[in-house]
Amino acid sequence: MRVAVERVSKTYADRRGASVEALRDVSLTVDAEEFVALLGPSGCGKSTLLALVAGLLAPSAGAIYFEGDLPPGRAATAMVFQEFALFPWRTVQANVEFGLEEAGLPAAARAARARDLIQLTGLAGFEARYPHQLSGGMRQRVGIARALAVDPAVLLMDEPFSALDAQTRQLMQEELLQIWERTRTTILYVTHNIQEAVYLADRVVVLSRRPGSVLATVPVGLARPRAEAMLGAPAFIAAADRIWSLIKSEAREALREAGA
Amino acid sequence: MSARLSAPDRTHALERRAHPVVRVLALRGVVVLWELVTRTGWVPALFLPSPSGVVEMLASGELLVHVATSLRRLLLGFGLGALLGVSVGLAVGFFSLAEAVGTPLIAATFPIPKIALLPLLILWVGIGEASKVAVITLGVFFPMAINTYTGVRNADPLLIRAAVSFGAGRFSLIRKVMLPSALPMIFAGLKLGAGTALLLLVAAEMIAANAGIGFLVLHAQNLMETTKLMVGIVLLSFLGIVSHWLLVRLERLAIPWKA
Repeated sequence: MRVAVERVSKTYADRRGASVEALRDVSLTVDAEEFVALLGPSGCGKSTLLALVAGLLAPSAGAIYFEGDLPPGRAATAMVFQEFALFPWRTVQANVEFGLEEAGLPAAARAARARDLIQLTGLAGFEARYPHQLSGGMRQRVGIARALAVDPAVLLMDEPFSALDAQTRQLMQEELLQIWERTRTTILYVTHNIQEAVYLADRVVVLSRRPGSVLATVPVGLARPRAEAMLGAPAFIAAADRIWSLIKSEAREALREAGA
Repeated sequence: MSARLSAPDRTHALERRAHPVVRVLALRGVVVLWELVTRTGWVPALFLPSPSGVVEMLASGELLVHVATSLRRLLLGFGLGALLGVSVGLAVGFFSLAEAVGTPLIAATFPIPKIALLPLLILWVGIGEASKVAVITLGVFFPMAINTYTGVRNADPLLIRAAVSFGAGRFSLIRKVMLPSALPMIFAGLKLGAGTALLLLVAAEMIAANAGIGFLVLHAQNLMETTKLMVGIVLLSFLGIVSHWLLVRLERLAIPWKA
């Protein structure tokens, strides 16, 4: 399935009632089995865009389309959250089953499906643990397993590894790539980290500061499967440099504004 | 040449020791002292009966009928109050219309000392069991409703978003996110409510009853049966301790993720 975001704008009222323009005239597409990263400086509305695709918010203008057939029992989207958003009162197994419960799957089918995903994400042996008994990396595996369990046409990931320490983050990127090689799930991945975006994605959509609009779409000319050795490859450096040159002035402005 | 200094432990004054021996001796010591004071006749038995006399009467079982009567009122009133309180708290916490109706009503009626409503309740439902159960129900209802409401309102918005993103509808949200989020607050409310229930039980039984521990205490005082009076007090403190202990055990079972 293909996702098309067409001329989407989003304006919302903040706590004091002032209207804030988060996104302006954003268009982008994510093809089937494509891994697209959405990158921009902080406060560029990239998380807002993800919430719009997930249907958690409605666009003020424009529209979001899912093109193609969605087989029955398959979710259009599923989300992986930056702060994991696991249910603390549910065990790993029960967390992974959450979306399947809401989809109305019978208990036996839920358990079987959850076991597959727990296996895939390297959580075997942790089924009965509660989230507070797990490390950050393990918690996000649960987040990924929970999202993949509903077999979403598009997996939405909102800075999934930015709450992790640098080393865990690196390892989780490797694991995500391995999972992606096996499942080929379409992914829209939000990040503010250029290296991460280039290393993971087929294309990087670069957003400007608020109101967020598309500055450019940078294709990443790296082969699949990706390997750590590619982090120094000329194609990697070229893409990263291109993206940095696009947002450098934006990031500098954001920094100056935050200091003022 | 530099001198070697060992680093001092500056947190020493903050250390809190357990004193296990003192802990055990404190309660026993008071009981022994109490027994001594009564044995030597230093304080007449009319004012302070001996602990051994109290234990004897407790063991005789002649007061069990009062315990049974009080326990039935307590369980009924507490159960009803808790059930109503949690239901109303969930509804008011989740539905904006229920909140608009409920919060001013609760704010207006919550401060009324519930025992002041007993005469009215007797007028409405009679002097029998119903009025005593009703006053306990009311006393438990308010802390339960308010705590449940607070618990629901404090549910993590991120978890609500997560649940919605996986297709959760209203009732799914209430059952699978709001209720478990509110459970710690609900148990705090249950512990508060248990204390209130005991207080109201005794008050109601002292005002209008011919059985029950509260009646026993008041009646014994009228007849100058101080030992019986003391037995009533010991029974009440027992009920308080046991109910709290039960609730703590139940809480551990119901909230395993907070262990």
